[in-house]
Amino acid sequence: MTKALISIENLGFAYDGDHHLVLDGLTLELPEASITAVLGPNGAGKTTLIHILLGLLKPYKGSVHLAGRNLAHFTRRELSRMIAFVPQSEYTAFEFSVLEYVLMGRAPHMGILQTPTREDLDQTLEHLEALGLNHLATRSVRELSGGERQLVLIARALAQEPKLLLLDEPTTHLDLSNKGRILATLSALANQGVTVIFTTHDPEAAASTAAYLVLMRQGKIVSSGALERVLTAERLSETYGIPVRVVQVDGHPVVLLNNHNR
Amino acid sequence: MESRTDLTRLSARRARSWGMLLAGLLLTFTLSIFIGRYPQPYWMPLRLLGEDELARQLVLSLRLPRILAALMMGASLAAAGNVLQMVFSNPIVGPGILGVSQGAAFGAALAILTLSAAPLAVELSALLFAFLGLGLSFLIARQLRYGGWVLRLVLSGIAVSALFAAGVGLIKYVADPLTQLPEITFWLLGGLWSVTWREVLLMLPFVTVGLVIVILMRWRINLLSLSEQTAFSLGSQTGRERTLLLVSTVAVVASVTAIGGVIGWVGLIIPHMARRLFGASAQRTVPASILLGGLFVVFCDTLARAILPGEIPLGVITSLLGAAFFILLMMTTGPRLKP
Repeated sequence: MTKALISIENLGFAYDGDHHLVLDGLTLELPEASITAVLGPNGAGKTTLIHILLGLLKPYKGSVHLAGRNLAHFTRRELSRMIAFVPQSEYTAFEFSVLEYVLMGRAPHMGILQTPTREDLDQTLEHLEALGLNHLATRSVRELSGGERQLVLIARALAQEPKLLLLDEPTTHLDLSNKGRILATLSALANQGVTVIFTTHDPEAAASTAAYLVLMRQGKIVSSGALERVLTAERLSETYGIPVRVVQVDGHPVVLLNNHNR
Repeated sequence: MESRTDLTRLSARRARSWGMLLAGLLLTFTLSIFIGRYPQPYWMPLRLLGEDELARQLVLSLRLPRILAALMMGASLAAAGNVLQMVFSNPIVGPGILGVSQGAAFGAALAILTLSAAPLAVELSALLFAFLGLGLSFLIARQLRYGGWVLRLVLSGIAVSALFAAGVGLIKYVADPLTQLPEITFWLLGGLWSVTWREVLLMLPFVTVGLVIVILMRWRINLLSLSEQTAFSLGSQTGRERTLLLVSTVAVVASVTAIGGVIGWVGLIIPHMARRLFGASAQRTVPASILLGGLFVVFCDTLARAILPGEIPLGVITSLLGAAFFILLMMTTGPRLKP
């Protein structure tokens, strides 16, 4: 692996007043400027892990280091300049325009009493253009399709100019073409030096995009490391509790369900 | 670069809206000085200000403070409504949330029952109980064991409002039906008939401090309307920023309610109109709400004192016009088709 941006040591997490550990004994190194997929069934603790990396939840035990410094020692502003987050979906009560919405990504670089400057506006427009969204700038975010909305959320995250981009189930509700578009965008970002971590319960999304894979089940890591090493039929079967096959197509792994009744 | 031409067109349209809004406010303010029931119904000629000492006194010591109070009241309620709607991510929240309006009503009714109907006693008691309502809502919300902070605040605000409303009911029941009850009822309907420069000075510090904080934070408020996780990831200190905004807006509402009584609909309807004109961003809707709210209440209060020989309660007029606007707004809102 290349230099680690994130190192997690013996991480455990439990919700308040509950002794049941949602995450238990996670130890991981996540490399810089690459894509890591966190794959596992629903309830594996993937989203909890993302929320801890974001700083939103505090570890119950163990530690997370970002660029060699304990996450707990960053201020809120420092974190928001390093780490951006794309939620699975986001409800907005108000009809913000796409431009206003993406402009909010500039907040980490602005004072609490500041309003956006001309530069903030120009930068935001550049991010919209880079993702092919400039024609939507004055449209309401509530009128967008699922794929457009996800891209707008990514654009807002990029306006933060983060080193680390965390995405929670970015392709879950999308059709095939939008899924392809989002995953291609993530690959392009990694090539530009952004470290990308995304959760998914879809092995296909992980296999087609990620260089590194973390397999999780019931709050524990089943296996982690380079994709080709971790994405095996045996480990996937263990993670999901059903038999699967992994075949190679043009040198890429593809996951197939073993349906014995067919 | 179609996005840039779109944007240029949009900002030109908004610049026109700002111009019209400012002109409308100035016009309403100026006209309202000359509208009233002296020397004859509806209109006082300009030359009278030079000739008639009584007219000059009337304008300087009654109309002017009252118009300023109406301006502050409208600006405050509308700004507070706008901020609270953003902070609670809920476009149908009004400034009466968190026990403030009902607290003020209870305080006023209690003063009329036990002290006197002297304006200062009623105002100070209303102010005290408005803040007590806010404090109680916060205290109870902290003790609740479930839900996020916003939900807990809303729930405890509803409960505190209900408690004070029950108290007002009780006071009305025991009040003297010939002397105290009409006084209480009239206060509850809201109005600015008792306003002098003293009331203006009493409101001024709260309104100034509260509105300045809200105006300075106008862009930042947007972040709080997003989900908790998103606001957090954008670097917002959500707990602190929400509390600062809540306390500022509610202090403003408490002070104007203590002077003018419970004035409905301004805080709900004006932010909607502001969003119609200037889009969703609080960067524009907060100043727009302040101007629009001021314009609306000055207009309504001028009607309240000029239409009939006797005063019409201001709250009745704002509710009438506010609800009518709201219906109109709902009927004309919907997905607009693009050409």
